[in-house]
Amino acid sequence: MNELVRMQAVDKRFPGVHALKAVDFDLRPGEVHALMGENGAGKSTLMKCLSGVYQPDGGRILIDGAEVALPSPRAAQALGIGIIHQELALMRDLNVAQNIWIGREPRLSFGRIDEARQNADAQAIFQAMNVAMDPRMPVSGLTIARQQMVEIAKALSHRSRVLIMDEPTAALNDSEIAELFTIIRKLRSEGVGIIYISHKMEEIRQISDRVTVMRDGAHVGTVEAAETPIAKIISMMVGRELTDEAVQVPDLSAAEPALELRGLCRGRELKDISFVLKKGEILGFAGLMGAGRTELARAIFGAEPPDRGEIRVHDRPVTIRTPSDAVRAGIGYLSEDRKHYGLALGMDVRANIALASLPRFADRLGRIDESRLAVIARDYIDRLSIRTPHDRQEVRLLSGGNQQKVVIAKWLLRDCDILIFDEPTRGIDVGAKAEIYRLLNELAASGKAIIVISSELPEVLRLSHRIAVMCEGRLTGILPGGASQEQIMALATARDSRGGAGSNGAGSNGTGADMAKAGVA
Amino acid sequence: MTGQGKTMDVRQLGRGGAQQKLWAFASLIVLVIGFSLASPNFFQVSNIMAILQATSVNGVLAVGVTLIIITGGIDLSIGTLMTFCAVMTGVVLTWAGMPLLLGVLTSIGTGALCGLVSGSFVAKMKIPPFIATLGMMLMLKGLSLIVTGTKPIYFNDTPGFSQIAQGSLIGTLIPAFPVPNGVLILFVVAGVVAWILGRTVLGRYTFALGSNEEAVRLSGVNTDAWKMAIYALAGGICGIAGLLIASRLNSAQPALGLGYELEAIAAVVIGGTSLAGGRGTILGTLIGALIMSVLTNGLRVMSVAPEWQTVVTGAIIVAAVYADQLRRGKAG
Repeated sequence: MNELVRMQAVDKRFPGVHALKAVDFDLRPGEVHALMGENGAGKSTLMKCLSGVYQPDGGRILIDGAEVALPSPRAAQALGIGIIHQELALMRDLNVAQNIWIGREPRLSFGRIDEARQNADAQAIFQAMNVAMDPRMPVSGLTIARQQMVEIAKALSHRSRVLIMDEPTAALNDSEIAELFTIIRKLRSEGVGIIYISHKMEEIRQISDRVTVMRDGAHVGTVEAAETPIAKIISMMVGRELTDEAVQVPDLSAAEPALELRGLCRGRELKDISFVLKKGEILGFAGLMGAGRTELARAIFGAEPPDRGEIRVHDRPVTIRTPSDAVRAGIGYLSEDRKHYGLALGMDVRANIALASLPRFADRLGRIDESRLAVIARDYIDRLSIRTPHDRQEVRLLSGGNQQKVVIAKWLLRDCDILIFDEPTRGIDVGAKAEIYRLLNELAASGKAIIVISSELPEVLRLSHRIAVMCEGRLTGILPGGASQEQIMALATARDSRGGAGSNGAGSNGTGADMAKAGVA
Repeated sequence: MTGQGKTMDVRQLGRGGAQQKLWAFASLIVLVIGFSLASPNFFQVSNIMAILQATSVNGVLAVGVTLIIITGGIDLSIGTLMTFCAVMTGVVLTWAGMPLLLGVLTSIGTGALCGLVSGSFVAKMKIPPFIATLGMMLMLKGLSLIVTGTKPIYFNDTPGFSQIAQGSLIGTLIPAFPVPNGVLILFVVAGVVAWILGRTVLGRYTFALGSNEEAVRLSGVNTDAWKMAIYALAGGICGIAGLLIASRLNSAQPALGLGYELEAIAAVVIGGTSLAGGRGTILGTLIGALIMSVLTNGLRVMSVAPEWQTVVTGAIIVAAVYADQLRRGKAG
């Protein structure tokens, strides 16, 4: 009875994806309830249903035991449900108090804003939070951690009794995290219910009372945080996926090197990276968030060119300052954000496949040979089984998996034999994932050299012939295929200051925690 | 988003904005029929020719700026660039006494060069197109006045010059069909640009840049160079417009030009090209330009005061874009 929130059999479908499968969830007053799961497990979707962003297709949501409808974020706010997104949504050029009271400014006559009262009210909230903050400070001058305090104050100003925090510590350092936890504990003692989404196992142990794990849109279980070993929670999160399929590592001892890096550096993001990628090899890149894997890919591809170091392609040094240099050297990059960096969404499948190779289909006047292009496009649609009614379909109407295949086709048509996949299955259905994996294996078998960057450890383990691990911009080691998660995590947390892998001894909670960090990033 | 149900077949319709184009065409027909019924003087060969001739300058400018708008940019300098090109032609023909052909090349070359400069502001210096071309607009206006000493340059010494827009090549071949050269040039320019957009690499990149510039760059395409080429092409087309207006006035009027860019952009928008970039057609722009001159002409034939003509044109722009929003809202 004394539940703040109860979600019963909440169901949500998107075209092609069953995002939530009859999920149950509840929150008590004065508790921190952690919500965990891998990418695409449905955590965010569930929270968007609770905060009025999405409308569930089935199930009920009860607040204080009474069923409610949450047709909009505003309706959820009115019921005391506040959400703090991972991407902070503040107006940088307004000051702290203006941000907190936006849309609800205290008025004087003639529509003037009562700035004094606005500042005083904001000050009162910060005092209640035990935070020293000047409400007149412009938000642009605050650190991310301080901005987060403003977000929390804003949520509290709505008299929120339910506070959803989506990976609140992702961008915070240790002392900032400690400060955040002090505030969370204070709110908890005042009866606020907090839903805490995080992938950092250590934090979950420190702060949460109960843990709910989701997987593939389903509720796996809810356990008491204090009584449950971390290994148990991890196994709930990854399910049987880990033992699914072992990687088949081909014998590449005679293979020629396709790509070699020697001492690549850029700013503080990339420090002295060297490795060799052979023809026919899939080299997986593991690491925690911010380890510099995407930065490395973008440096190799010339999107943000390196400061120092040598890149060699097929044993010849190449200069890569722009993406077109990289493409000329036969390197293709498949971004994790296909919609922004990979596809011209409003254009059709044929045009997108041809995007990197157009001049090859043009005569001296620049006229495009559409009939030849059509033949080629249809050939790739067949070879990669891209599901589209025809090659003139706009790519925005395709599913994520098929969009990814269109990007792959683009680079294959450009004759790129070194392909860098950044999160190749992000936003892609479980079924389509297997198909992408199969495609990657086929590409490698045909002699392409492939780099796979993935935050999902099971994915890295399933695909990689060798596993490169990065930490804080350094390449901390390369492991053979089929290495254990513990080995990978030891390298992924091998910080300079802590002096390497030894600090997180095997069997301690640290290893498991960090493993989950990578697994759920 | 598998969207099997709402398959959009773009094959027959051409690229984007097709429905808007259809609507624009229908409104053009309705306008023509309406004015013909309202006034017997409207649907006369001489009046239709006058409408077409009046469309030629705005039409050519609109065709040029359509290219830039499809990339997601804008060019506010086309009006004063047109004037500057006319002025440079005057310098070459009247002051230096060079042959006619050289004058023509000067105009187009000046336009292309200035377009290249605008393009490099946008592509290399990363100045937003609105600001870059606003600056260009003012610089060119000032330069025209400086070069001419604020006085018009007349083309009285170059007898063939007025024939560029006013003569009729078709009329000499088929006397019953005296289409002025200005109109012929408009349709040729429109035809060539439509061909470039639909059939060539430059055209494909124009759409691709407007659709997702970063994705194009990460496909290894030298987006800066292509963007500059597109601005240069549009500038060259402004040079053609400069020849047309100078030929019709038989002079280069340095104070002219401001305001032409807005009329051209209005025609583009009425024709269904999205200011957000990525979609648009030359046919639509042509129809948009025709709608504007049919309106102006029709209202004048009906003796509506010119002040009201401006009001109506403004209302049409808002209505056209609102209709587009409604259609897209419905399409989801």
